[in-house]
Amino acid sequence: MSLSIRHLFGLEGVPREDIAAILNTAFSFREVLERPIKRVPTLQGKTIVNLFFENSTRTRISFELAEKRLSADTVNFSASGSSLAKGESLKDTVRNLFAMKMDCVVMRHAVPGSVKLLAQFVDAVVINAGDGTHEHPTQALLDMMSLQEKFGNLEGLNVAIIGDIRHSRVALSNIFGLRTMGANIVLCGPPTFIPFGVEALGVKVTHNLDEALSFADAINVLRIQKERQGKGLIPSLREYRAVFGITRERLEKLKKPLTIMHPGPINRGVEIDTEIADSEHSLILHQVLNGVAIRMATLFLLLGGK
Amino acid sequence: MEIKLLKDRILFKNAIVDDPFRNQSYPSDLLIEHGKLKLMGKDLPSEGVKVVEDLKGKHIAPGFTDLHAHLREPGHEDEETLSSGSRAALAGGFTTVCCMPNTEPPLDSQEAVRFIYRQSADLLVRILPIAALTKGRRGEELTDMVELAEAGAVAFSDDGSPLVNPAVMRFALEYSRLTGKPIINHAEDPALRAEGLMHEGIVSTQLGLPGNPALAEELMVYRDLRLTQFTRARLHIPHVSTAGAVDLIRRAKAEGLDVSAEVTPHHISLTDEYLRNFDANGKVAPPLRSETDRQALIAGLKDGTLDAIATDHAPHTIDTKETSLDLASFGMIGLETAFALATTKLVHPGHLTLLELLKLFTVNPTRILGLTKEPFAVGSQAEFTIFDPEEWWIFSRKDIYSRSQNTPFLGMELSGRVKGVFTKSHLVSI
Repeated sequence: MSLSIRHLFGLEGVPREDIAAILNTAFSFREVLERPIKRVPTLQGKTIVNLFFENSTRTRISFELAEKRLSADTVNFSASGSSLAKGESLKDTVRNLFAMKMDCVVMRHAVPGSVKLLAQFVDAVVINAGDGTHEHPTQALLDMMSLQEKFGNLEGLNVAIIGDIRHSRVALSNIFGLRTMGANIVLCGPPTFIPFGVEALGVKVTHNLDEALSFADAINVLRIQKERQGKGLIPSLREYRAVFGITRERLEKLKKPLTIMHPGPINRGVEIDTEIADSEHSLILHQVLNGVAIRMATLFLLLGGK
Repeated sequence: MEIKLLKDRILFKNAIVDDPFRNQSYPSDLLIEHGKLKLMGKDLPSEGVKVVEDLKGKHIAPGFTDLHAHLREPGHEDEETLSSGSRAALAGGFTTVCCMPNTEPPLDSQEAVRFIYRQSADLLVRILPIAALTKGRRGEELTDMVELAEAGAVAFSDDGSPLVNPAVMRFALEYSRLTGKPIINHAEDPALRAEGLMHEGIVSTQLGLPGNPALAEELMVYRDLRLTQFTRARLHIPHVSTAGAVDLIRRAKAEGLDVSAEVTPHHISLTDEYLRNFDANGKVAPPLRSETDRQALIAGLKDGTLDAIATDHAPHTIDTKETSLDLASFGMIGLETAFALATTKLVHPGHLTLLELLKLFTVNPTRILGLTKEPFAVGSQAEFTIFDPEEWWIFSRKDIYSRSQNTPFLGMELSGRVKGVFTKSHLVSI
């Protein structure tokens, strides 16, 4: 099995067959993760660098674990964006690293498009682990895997994405991926959190949370970054919770139980209440486990493991 | 580029003369002696002429004037110098270039303005400095505008830094009436532009890039127009990029305001779609806009709302462009490609005739600067651009004369090519 894409920059434009192949492969790797010995030799001899220009705990650990489970050699590079701004350019940094012969780079960077820039500098497979407010494809893939696991199929599934859509790479990748797989999407949040003309991507927009919840089979609740409050995009976290927070009272008004997802880390009591995040309808911990499987599948398929 | 000094008689044969000042085109030979036009007419005799150049149907127009270039000297000579910038200008057919004052130090003193004249005295291109509008370009205190005008400043601008404070803008406009020179304000509200890296629209939404809305430009254009009306001053609006701004200027002109406006070659050639490859060469201020805006700019050129094409030539070293979009500098070079892009995007599709286009490069910018020109009058200084409006060519690195290479147009096929320039008794062959 192989993919039509060489790099994973994002899910925009990635064909349905490729997404299905990654999801199917990930389900096989999920079985590996359930075994007592959780390691396979498929990427032995391959060298992967995890290049994180922006802080990340869970995504980096998830990738690192996926790489180790596949027996690849890994190195980690962490630097804050500001140190790059001060001195060495991105180009110099990556050219130095790749002079040491790497097969693949997993990159997280604060600026949209930086992964594409990277691919111009190096001859290696590039995987986007989040480029600013642009895309975070493996997160969307693990969300889709969790939904497929729960519902059996993504075609015709109704998904609501709730929160700060404008600044969310998770939302954008989910929109591209889920639309390709035939799901229906409603976005919900205050108007300041909805990007210009987003309906052109084939989604509906509502500012009424109850409307979004009654539409949805599953909801993906985005983290509200506390610094947004200071920029005037929302008046206060308190008001945000009152209007858009996922609370028990809100969900009790619905006729059926709703499947809950969240990319983490959670601001408990802001975008979602603790009892909901930890309830039986929450897929949040499944998402984390599926994340390792999705990253194993992506690495395996792009690096041509046998 | 080959440059020959030709003091003696030179005869250009079989040219098509395009005179946008008199609005006529006609075949003619041109005889030049000691750098002055001596005779025009068909089949001029070549006796006693040392150099005969057969142009074989190529066109001759008055040398082009650029209202807006960043030549970086003094202070950023790694990006451009007056000398390298003037070579880029000649390659693009320009014989007069206005340089912007965002240098280090800025052109906010008589000494700095005189430096530009001294430093460019021996160049083939006439460099006309635009002086800073406020001291240090900080947007607070006005420069000594009358003295700067006496030193040779042709206009006033803090270009690159929008003048935010409306009271300062009001006084700048009022006071500038003493000089008769236009005020040029980079119209982009910095708070609305915020961290925007491209035009805010569907493309920015798809790319997840922070957007800079058209309103950031339009609100400031509106403010500047109303202040111009209130102060009865002269305003020139640089690099207009949005449909809304074109509308505002059109109405202001209908109301009789003393306002002029320019558009860049890149805003009529590219749209925000270019940013889909995240190439920092497409990062400019104001940003590349939507196709609707681009069409409105062309309509504005057709009906005279927009007076001139000005390059906003902004050289940057490769290191400041081969980087993530947030760190990349704003701007692209433009002198070498301006005329070809304009021919390709405006004349070739039939929006403008060649003479109408040439007005945007000659008649209108010289009028805005208050220069008097009678380019094809016998006895006048010969200052011509020679070009072939029909030639298709591919723009490549060897066609760049600027010290910097930041352009999104490499590899693009263009129609209309500048072949040479005659100025100050020199024949420059491109």
